[in-house]
Amino acid sequence: MRPLRITGDIGGLPDHAFGPASLGWWGTVGFMLIEGMAFLLAAGAYFYLMSDESTWPPGGQPPSLLYGTLFTALAVLSEAPNVWLSRRTHAGDVRAIRIGLWIMVAIGVALMVIRGFEFGALNVRWHDNAYGSILWALMLMHTVHIATDLYDTVVLAVIVALHAPDSRKRSDVADNVMYWHFVVVTWLAIYVLVYLLPGHAK
Amino acid sequence: MNTARELDATWADAPGWRGWIATVDHKRIGRRYLVTAFVFFIMGGILALVMRTQLAYPNGHVVGPDRYNQLFSMHGSSMMFLFAVPVMEAVAVYIVPLMCGTRNIAFPRLNAFSYWIYLFGGIMIYAAFFLNVGPETGWFSYVPLAGPQFSPGKRTDFWAQMITFTEVAALAVAIELIVTILKMRAPGMTLARMPLFLWSMLVTSFMVVFAMPAVMLASSFLIMDRLVGTHYYNAAEGGDPLLWQHLFWFFGHPEVYIIFLPALGMVSSITQTFARRPVFGRLALVVSLVATGFLAFGLWVHHMFATGLPRMGNSFYTAASMMIALPSGVQIFCWMVTLGTGRPKFSTPLLFVIGFFITFVLGGLTGVMQASVPLDLQLHDTYFVVAHFHYVLIGGSVFPLFGAFFYWFPKFTGKALNETAGKWTFWLFFTGFNVTFFPMHIAGLQGMPRRVYTYPGDMGWGLWNLMSTAGSYLIAISMLVFIVNVVRTLRSRETAAENPWDAPDLEWAAASPPAKYNFAAVPVVTSDTPLWTERDALGALSGLRDDRPEVLITSAVEAAPQIRWGMPSPSVWPLVTALGLTVMFVWSIFTPWGIVWGAIPFAIGATVWFWPKRSQPGLESES
Repeated sequence: MRPLRITGDIGGLPDHAFGPASLGWWGTVGFMLIEGMAFLLAAGAYFYLMSDESTWPPGGQPPSLLYGTLFTALAVLSEAPNVWLSRRTHAGDVRAIRIGLWIMVAIGVALMVIRGFEFGALNVRWHDNAYGSILWALMLMHTVHIATDLYDTVVLAVIVALHAPDSRKRSDVADNVMYWHFVVVTWLAIYVLVYLLPGHAK
Repeated sequence: MNTARELDATWADAPGWRGWIATVDHKRIGRRYLVTAFVFFIMGGILALVMRTQLAYPNGHVVGPDRYNQLFSMHGSSMMFLFAVPVMEAVAVYIVPLMCGTRNIAFPRLNAFSYWIYLFGGIMIYAAFFLNVGPETGWFSYVPLAGPQFSPGKRTDFWAQMITFTEVAALAVAIELIVTILKMRAPGMTLARMPLFLWSMLVTSFMVVFAMPAVMLASSFLIMDRLVGTHYYNAAEGGDPLLWQHLFWFFGHPEVYIIFLPALGMVSSITQTFARRPVFGRLALVVSLVATGFLAFGLWVHHMFATGLPRMGNSFYTAASMMIALPSGVQIFCWMVTLGTGRPKFSTPLLFVIGFFITFVLGGLTGVMQASVPLDLQLHDTYFVVAHFHYVLIGGSVFPLFGAFFYWFPKFTGKALNETAGKWTFWLFFTGFNVTFFPMHIAGLQGMPRRVYTYPGDMGWGLWNLMSTAGSYLIAISMLVFIVNVVRTLRSRETAAENPWDAPDLEWAAASPPAKYNFAAVPVVTSDTPLWTERDALGALSGLRDDRPEVLITSAVEAAPQIRWGMPSPSVWPLVTALGLTVMFVWSIFTPWGIVWGAIPFAIGATVWFWPKRSQPGLESES
């Protein structure tokens, strides 16, 4: 063991931070990278299967736009309370954090309900053909993200309701806000693939 | 000494089995990972011995064709998914935090979780194998052979879920390593001074993040085609079997480098220490590692030359495949200059590194040969390919790994392995390896296809196969010598010096084996070979709390101190969560509802795991 000669002290450093100085932020970014890569590859598989076909969808109706568009509108609008929650979290406003998390829970529930209707409006089943399979794959992958974020937000909301959030919990809330950005942005790309390309691409 | 006692109490696990299952200490988990991966290596090796025995003579009948299919499928899957990637990550889980000068790995509970998931996935696939539902379609499980029509039953489903288990584990460790390397380095350890092993693990971990999702997606599509009637790979309904190959090799080619890059980091550490001079061409080595990481993603189609791709595509991938030889060449030259201008000491670790130079260069040469499409079409699916990839994989990874094992064994245990036995291991392994795999080049050139369970006597392949079999027994003997050496060393009372090789990196500044908290204070680094620069005492910073587990977070590039970070306490919940996920994965082999119902125990486990911990509150809540 090499002897250590103390040359300074870091006892005065803070023990929490928002953003890249916090490990929670890095963990969230890491999982966004992994899942973003999975979405990218699924999109690649989508185009690969599309290139085998002369029409897209190969027979049958393209998805009906109503519920998917409703979902997209609500997802985009949800960014307003989400960004508000982020700002109040940074400001340390405990009341706003508590309210904001429950608002995001309500939005998540509403989105899951609309999502339920979306599956019925795709006008194809996963076992009809490869087009149906990849559409359902993209939709299911995204739904898993809504569901996990919703669950995560419920857990955070309960924790914050039980104990006033300390600095570490506030930075968890900020990371949750960032993850929701990811869920919304990936949806915009998937919306194009699932709803807009079929019927228009070929 | 009060500080040390308090730190010991803060970082300690509970005694007995409770501490054993709840530990989040990267050293305990790293050791566990190492031992488990080595057990799978031995299992995969035994499968290989059975295959070699079968092939020793023409018309062998040790096993039948069906069992043989399972043997080579399990051998490849064990070696790639249960040994090669996990063992490299195992070494990193143990060494990286020490080399960074920190007290634990980032996300220690995730680390524990990843080990359990890996262990359960490995147990599941071997249980399936012994119950005669082992994988049967090779380690790359091509459709349509692996599809519902040609691989009925559950064999391929077990294989596909084994992929999910091991990739979840590998991805988790990759994130831990990236964050540990970028955010937990000792102050002063700028990226410019960062040891090459850390560089190699950083690049590898990013490759895992970008490559592994491809195989998880591919195998999930496969299991869906088999279980719920999707058509991703079914040409009759608009699917495409080549989609499997693209997705698989988009993972599978980087995979080779995911196994190889950590080995390069080990080679740099060993070469530097045993040449007794700083490694030559540091910048060139770092650039080569990063270049290899990028290029590795542009090669996957060279596994698919025989599928009839557009000619332009073939030319591109030929060029890319030849190009990746350049950074590998640069690195070999840098190490040779390091050794040539140093004062090399030929201990066992360095012998393994030299064995690596020879075998890896041979494997690289046959690789460049096969990058050429006309030759590849001749050699495709022959034993020449088997020879090639064993030269690059064993030569490129297993030789450096054994070198690293001898090199870091005193760090793991406080005891040094016997040198004489080590040299015997090396020479038996090196000889056995070449006797096994060199003749396969010739058998392949003579047209012997891979994956045949036997061959007729009049093909003229008998001699080469007999040689290969003899060589494989020699490898087995070398492994026996190695195991006896490890067991005897662990039993002996003789301890090694703290830094027996006079190595320059921070892991050797800790005790051997390290204290539970690794370092009593945060070491400060002023050069890229800190222990050679500061011979008497290493600069360090005080101020991390003794009464709760804390580490220092530093900035990603300059490694300047940013914040103190409370680490989680030991917990059984990562284990419970891993059990929940195991239920979910195994259940999903039989019904898709397994995903739904299995998600419940998984979610409960994860929630308790993440519930606020007393060890972590921000200080403001206490004041």
